[in-house]
Amino acid sequence: MSNQNEKDRVLNRRLMFIVLLNLLAFVVIAVRLYYLQIMEADKYRVMSEENRISTRFLVPPRGMIYDRNGEVLAKNNQDFQALLIAEQTNDISQTVETFQKLLPLSEEEDEKVAQSIKNRRRFIPIKLKSNLQWDEVSKIMLNAPDLPGIEINEGLNRFYPYADLYAHVLGYVGPVSDRDKKDSPLYLVPGFKIGKSGLEKAFDYKLQGQGGTVKLEVNAYGRVMKEIERDAGSEGQSIQISIDSRLQKAAYKAFGEHSGAAVVLDVHTGEILALVSTPSFDPNLFTNGISYKHWNELLNNERTPLINKAVSGQYSPGSTFKIVVALAALEAGVVDVDTHFNCLGGMDIGSNRFHCWKHVGHGPLNIIEALKYSCDIYFYEAAMRVGIDKIHDMALKLGMGQVLDVGLDNQKSGLIPSQEWKRKTKGTFWTKGDTANAGIGQGYVLATPLQLATMLARVVNGGYAIKPTFFKPSAGELRKIKRLDISRRHIEIVKQGMFDVVNAIDGTARKARFNLDGVKMGGKTGTTQVRRISMRERRTGIIREENLPWRLRNHALFVGFTPIEKPRYAVAVVVEHGSSGAAVAAPIASAILQEALRLDIK
Amino acid sequence: MLQLEFANREENMWGKILRLSFSYVFLIILLAIIGTVTLYSAANGAWNPWALKHLARFGLAFVLMVGMALIDVRHYYRAAYAFYFVTLLLLLAVEVFGHIGMGAQRWINFGLFKLQPSELMKIGLVLFMARYFSAITMQGIHSVRGVIIPAIGALLPVGLIILEPDLGTALMLLITAGMMFWAVGVEWWKFALVIASGGAALPIIWSFLHEYQKNRVLTFLNPERDPLGTGYHIIQSKIAFGSGGLWGKGFLHGTQTHLNFLPEKHTDFIFTMFSEEFGLIGSLSLLFINILLLAIGYLFAFRARNYFAKLVIIGLNTNYFLYVFINTAMVMGVLPVVGVPLPLISYGGTVMFSIMASFGIILCMSNSSTKKLSFDD
Repeated sequence: MSNQNEKDRVLNRRLMFIVLLNLLAFVVIAVRLYYLQIMEADKYRVMSEENRISTRFLVPPRGMIYDRNGEVLAKNNQDFQALLIAEQTNDISQTVETFQKLLPLSEEEDEKVAQSIKNRRRFIPIKLKSNLQWDEVSKIMLNAPDLPGIEINEGLNRFYPYADLYAHVLGYVGPVSDRDKKDSPLYLVPGFKIGKSGLEKAFDYKLQGQGGTVKLEVNAYGRVMKEIERDAGSEGQSIQISIDSRLQKAAYKAFGEHSGAAVVLDVHTGEILALVSTPSFDPNLFTNGISYKHWNELLNNERTPLINKAVSGQYSPGSTFKIVVALAALEAGVVDVDTHFNCLGGMDIGSNRFHCWKHVGHGPLNIIEALKYSCDIYFYEAAMRVGIDKIHDMALKLGMGQVLDVGLDNQKSGLIPSQEWKRKTKGTFWTKGDTANAGIGQGYVLATPLQLATMLARVVNGGYAIKPTFFKPSAGELRKIKRLDISRRHIEIVKQGMFDVVNAIDGTARKARFNLDGVKMGGKTGTTQVRRISMRERRTGIIREENLPWRLRNHALFVGFTPIEKPRYAVAVVVEHGSSGAAVAAPIASAILQEALRLDIK
Repeated sequence: MLQLEFANREENMWGKILRLSFSYVFLIILLAIIGTVTLYSAANGAWNPWALKHLARFGLAFVLMVGMALIDVRHYYRAAYAFYFVTLLLLLAVEVFGHIGMGAQRWINFGLFKLQPSELMKIGLVLFMARYFSAITMQGIHSVRGVIIPAIGALLPVGLIILEPDLGTALMLLITAGMMFWAVGVEWWKFALVIASGGAALPIIWSFLHEYQKNRVLTFLNPERDPLGTGYHIIQSKIAFGSGGLWGKGFLHGTQTHLNFLPEKHTDFIFTMFSEEFGLIGSLSLLFINILLLAIGYLFAFRARNYFAKLVIIGLNTNYFLYVFINTAMVMGVLPVVGVPLPLISYGGTVMFSIMASFGIILCMSNSSTKKLSFDD
């Protein structure tokens, strides 16, 4: 009996310990609950939302680009893409492998996909293949059960109907690269294209529109349960540019096989009616990422199709610069219509001998005749009388030596030298020889075709400081155009010279003349040396142009305008290594201006 | 006379039912209702396939519980050894003809129902040890012989269950037996000796574990080891707990569970689901109900008139405690996931019936007024 009591006593005592042990265990559970549900709650709440909510981006359709007549220059074509959403498949590599069996990916594509899988967040779709044909789409649809995480997306692809015609103006769009700044989540969407050059780049944000998002609730298998929230975003805005496609086409065609650039301006508004740079390329190649082969071909072409020569090409303006020198001299009062200089074919300036292109000389001539014949001696003399700084000021007034920003990339400022410029950059004093060289648009002087067209437009419109632009200026903006401080009489004198260049019996560009119902063209040729002619070559006879390799031939330039009385159009044409301004550049300019007159561009 | 005796027995039965602890039974019903409601939510707000069946099973099991509670304590005492040996034979049979389920042999298929002898053994071993210890003296308990026999009695089924393999149940059985050894007064140094030698044997046991069991332990130690495999369950479970916060996401609004991020939400991970929808308030309340139920159980043990009843209650209560503790601990990442359900809440017939049977026995033991069992018959 006492033994039984002893057993009971031990049992009850030990039971107390068991109860305590149980309690302790539950304290552990309670503490753990508190830790998870209170202290870590915020962290797990976020993880739970991340589990639950999948955010997809809605890519807005990119704005269209129209020419001045409403012709479509850039639009969006339907494009079927196969996308991979990593979070919707348990085995990414298995899905990709199955996909590869249906539609093989190239090595390059495969590498891109692998890269994307590694770098992108799991809910952001990765583009496997785009430009799918209908049979390819149906193949994927049929095998959908074996392709978890694969989605067909009906996307939009940028398309340029005019292909190479507008490559340098519009530029192109392309996939977002690592170098692009990624300030919008849209940039992470596969197949999203951004403007990479040209106006597509300049007006990228406007054209892009606002990206939308849709938040979806998904279950553990990635199935969409319901839509939680949708922000539709807004479409990209369309833009209309001032170019007339018909004139653009005519200008492009006029170049034929030549490489160079042409810019046509409305002389009163500054609207760019045509802007071409040849050779060109098809911007559609860039839309889905250009192949290395194509890219290298474009990059290594000695005629530099990727460079927009109209705004990025800097050329010695040569004799076309005589318009500027003539105006500077007239305005400074150092010459007038009746001032004559005697051209003997050459003259000594400092210790160097300067030649006229006509070695036998032109004899005595005034400024109109000097322009007509493009006499170098006259302009050496005129330049030295007026001095480089006044030439510099006139050139700047007329739009040279500065970037005329029209929104294109890599626009160059050209170069208009001055005494100060030389002191600062070369550390030497300006010489008379420098002035003489500048007087015929050689030496340090550089200009882009856009600057030359602007210069001519400002002269022939009676001295109004129009600015070149791709967009129609409003009436208010037109009223704000300043008149430059240049005498109308002097402008008429220079215009007379330019009329004679084309229309006089002995004008340098007579071959390019035309007469459309009495409407004629004026202009100025320019031919500039690319190589230095040595004294020895000068003695033994200068090598004929056609015997030189292409890249050593002279550049050919022409600036022209029409009509003569009330000018409407100004054009600048540069033909790289075209040999002769009169024989090569002037006919091109003539063809372009005739087309402009025929089109009667409003 | 016969008539009188019959009436007496009749009155006795009703008297017995009325003397059953109402608070104990109330808590059991409450838990079963919570389980039904949670299973209703687990099916996205539907009675099928789980909630209704769960409730029906509980109804049947409740009858079983009351029935078990009304049986005379002496019958349990007498049948203790026989029940243990039959269950042991059934375990052996599972080894030999067992039905393959979940990659482990656990059931014997009787056509109408599948019997899981390991669940029966949880009761069988408790009865066996209770009877053994109530029959020997304190000196016997302190002797080596007194410990060896029940130790063999416990290790035999544990070994068979490990072979199945069902690590969770084996562990529960082992701890239950340990608690009973502790309760009867086995000296602490014997425990220390066993634990020490067990620790030394750990590497050997490790080498005998199945690959999936090793994985579970390793994943438990570091869930991020395999975030898409075994660790996925625990990570998703923790997210469900944490995102539930203080007040929970609301009934039927647990996103982790309803969007299927949480696996096994109707069985092993049901506490997770409950906690996601009802928050810390809910999970602590559920925990508190279980603590109350256990506390009443231990109170029964204190009050019980005889040693056998006390020991049975301690054994079965410990068994229930282990269910609750292991289940809640494993779904929160405190213990490895060993596949132990939460009784009365988790969906599943076997545990429902075995736990209700054990509740019945606890009620029976608490209800017994017999001071001394008729050992001598």
